[in-house]
Amino acid sequence: MSGGPGVEVTVYVPADSAARSVGADRVAAEVRRAAAAAGRAVRIVRTGSRGMAWLEPLVEVETLRGRIGYGPVRPGEVAGLVDEGLLDGEGDSLGPVEALPWLCDQRRVTFARVGVVDPRDPDSYLEHGGLTGLRRALEVGPEQVLEGMTASGVRGRGGAGFPAGVKWRTVAAAEGDLKFVCANADEGDSGTFADRMIMEGDPFQLLEGMTIAGLAVGASEGYVYVRSEYPDAVATLRAAITAARERGWLGPDVLGSGFGFDVEVRVGAGAYICGEETAMLESLEGKRGMVRAKPPIPALSGLFGRPTVVNNVLTLCAATSVLADGADAYQELGTGRSRGTQVFQLGGNIARGGIVEAPFGVTLRDLVEGYGGGTRSGRPVRAVQVGGPLGAYLPVERLDLPMDYEAFAEAGAMLGHGGVVVFDDTVDMAHQARFAMEFCAAESCGKCTPCRVGAVRGVETIDKVIAGTDVDDNLALLDDLCELMTDGSLCAMGGLTPLPVRSAVSHFGEDFLDRDRTPHTTRELSP
Amino acid sequence: MSARRTDEPAGGLLRGIVERHRLARGPLLPILHDVQREAGWIDDRTIDLVADELNLSRAEVHGVASFYTDFRREPSGGTVVRVCRGEACQAVGGEEIHAALLAGGGGAVTVDQIFCFGNCALGPSVEVDGTLHGRVSVGDLPELITGPTGAAPDAA
Repeated sequence: MSGGPGVEVTVYVPADSAARSVGADRVAAEVRRAAAAAGRAVRIVRTGSRGMAWLEPLVEVETLRGRIGYGPVRPGEVAGLVDEGLLDGEGDSLGPVEALPWLCDQRRVTFARVGVVDPRDPDSYLEHGGLTGLRRALEVGPEQVLEGMTASGVRGRGGAGFPAGVKWRTVAAAEGDLKFVCANADEGDSGTFADRMIMEGDPFQLLEGMTIAGLAVGASEGYVYVRSEYPDAVATLRAAITAARERGWLGPDVLGSGFGFDVEVRVGAGAYICGEETAMLESLEGKRGMVRAKPPIPALSGLFGRPTVVNNVLTLCAATSVLADGADAYQELGTGRSRGTQVFQLGGNIARGGIVEAPFGVTLRDLVEGYGGGTRSGRPVRAVQVGGPLGAYLPVERLDLPMDYEAFAEAGAMLGHGGVVVFDDTVDMAHQARFAMEFCAAESCGKCTPCRVGAVRGVETIDKVIAGTDVDDNLALLDDLCELMTDGSLCAMGGLTPLPVRSAVSHFGEDFLDRDRTPHTTRELSP
Repeated sequence: MSARRTDEPAGGLLRGIVERHRLARGPLLPILHDVQREAGWIDDRTIDLVADELNLSRAEVHGVASFYTDFRREPSGGTVVRVCRGEACQAVGGEEIHAALLAGGGGAVTVDQIFCFGNCALGPSVEVDGTLHGRVSVGDLPELITGPTGAAPDAA
């Protein structure tokens, strides 16, 4: 028991958009009503999400035993739970949330505060270790920051895995009185939502990481390019920026150091290609999101032609840990040349989806069968797509693949932004291959022909295969087309679309050759 | 091109929006976002006026307005339903939801396809007039779409 009437109880209800999509706002309102009806004083804190999506809405109550969890709490269930003692941590609970094995087994670094703190409250950020990295950076100066980032081995989390320290050093060394830091938060890959959850659940961490980057390279302005499909992330980030300016964490004199840095949020407009860094820069400049030819690299000629750091949200967040805990602590995690933790995102047809932050090297099976608990439908897993719409489809036989950049590259796949999408045995892989081409056709910026035209021809060719027309010839043609797109496209959009297509054909050939097999229409999912 | 347009968002509204963003670097997207939000679509006159204000060619502004799917060049009708067609939602029946919405459409509903709301562990996802819903089934659609306007009492 943590108290009786008169003692204020703190109740945490996520305001994360995934939790809201299954009724978290209504649950929060019901907690307020039920507490009032019971004559109890409550303080409701809207947090980010712990990343246990299947338990959302997850309600937590502060008690002497820690935060006791209840979930999933569906709208309409709160009054009953309060009657059974929810406000005292009694009744049918999950127990202390931080003791749940699913969370305990993880190594939360970037996500340590997400779901725990009030994302809009700067004091909450400070109480949980916020600004330690930035303070250290201001103390040791740019050269030491660059050294630390290089020594830590942090690699870009957007997908390409380029060493962040090398990129920062290039920008730092570039001539220019005006430099920029751009956070790429155009997280368009289906199956990825880690950037969104950071922005909604711990936005100050991103601002801190950007400020560290600005200090290291000599940049004075930062932009966060957030996709318009993430309105909650935009709102939370903007609130955090306002609070950070009020505290002097951003502005002309960051923490009284004399260093000036400010951040602005820019919203995308529904174009997947703007997740490609040069298309993002074009979009930030107010142009069509057309990919630029490289060189020049953005580090030397980026936003408005100025030297620019372009990093993924998670990469910039990693900088705060590297500075706060030291490069060695970061180096100790991971495997081979993939250092630190990676934030894996489990989605699609999965029983326990959400965020698994673990050192590189955890296997796909650990994620899909261990943390994920198999499919939501209860049917066997048939395919797993890793790395978004441009990532390979892997069959169950490949589930023992360790999750690191090199192992994936060797297997002809890519880790990308860490998204893992699970499909059960009702999936039609010819349909998925067709979709990959359809998606490329819809989202191509149109600048280069292999992508713009190749994707359309790809859809047509797969349609012929599906219809059973000259299947062998058309599969050969498709393979030719894939080779041309891979070799001839300007960026990853056209260059990697063949990855899901070819992996579907090579691992699931029966779906292309034998179209008479059981139709894929029987699909039963629990609500 | 539709033949007639009404409720043109141009004029005074636009000047206020331009002033709001004039000092920003690369102000065109923020301006078009505001026009889209406040007027619901971007008409030809807006293109002309924005081009004039920012000293761009009409072709440049039209090029941007037509590149991004968020910017509508024609008014949308009634309830706007945006359905996710990303792979994670496909894995739990998203394509069936999309098909049902297209089949059941009608004048009062605009159906748009979206590639990912970042709600990939709780799909299929459908957004109705700006409110995101997770774990949607085909059977949920009528209530989701008519619910708010039908003024149905909150069952919970």
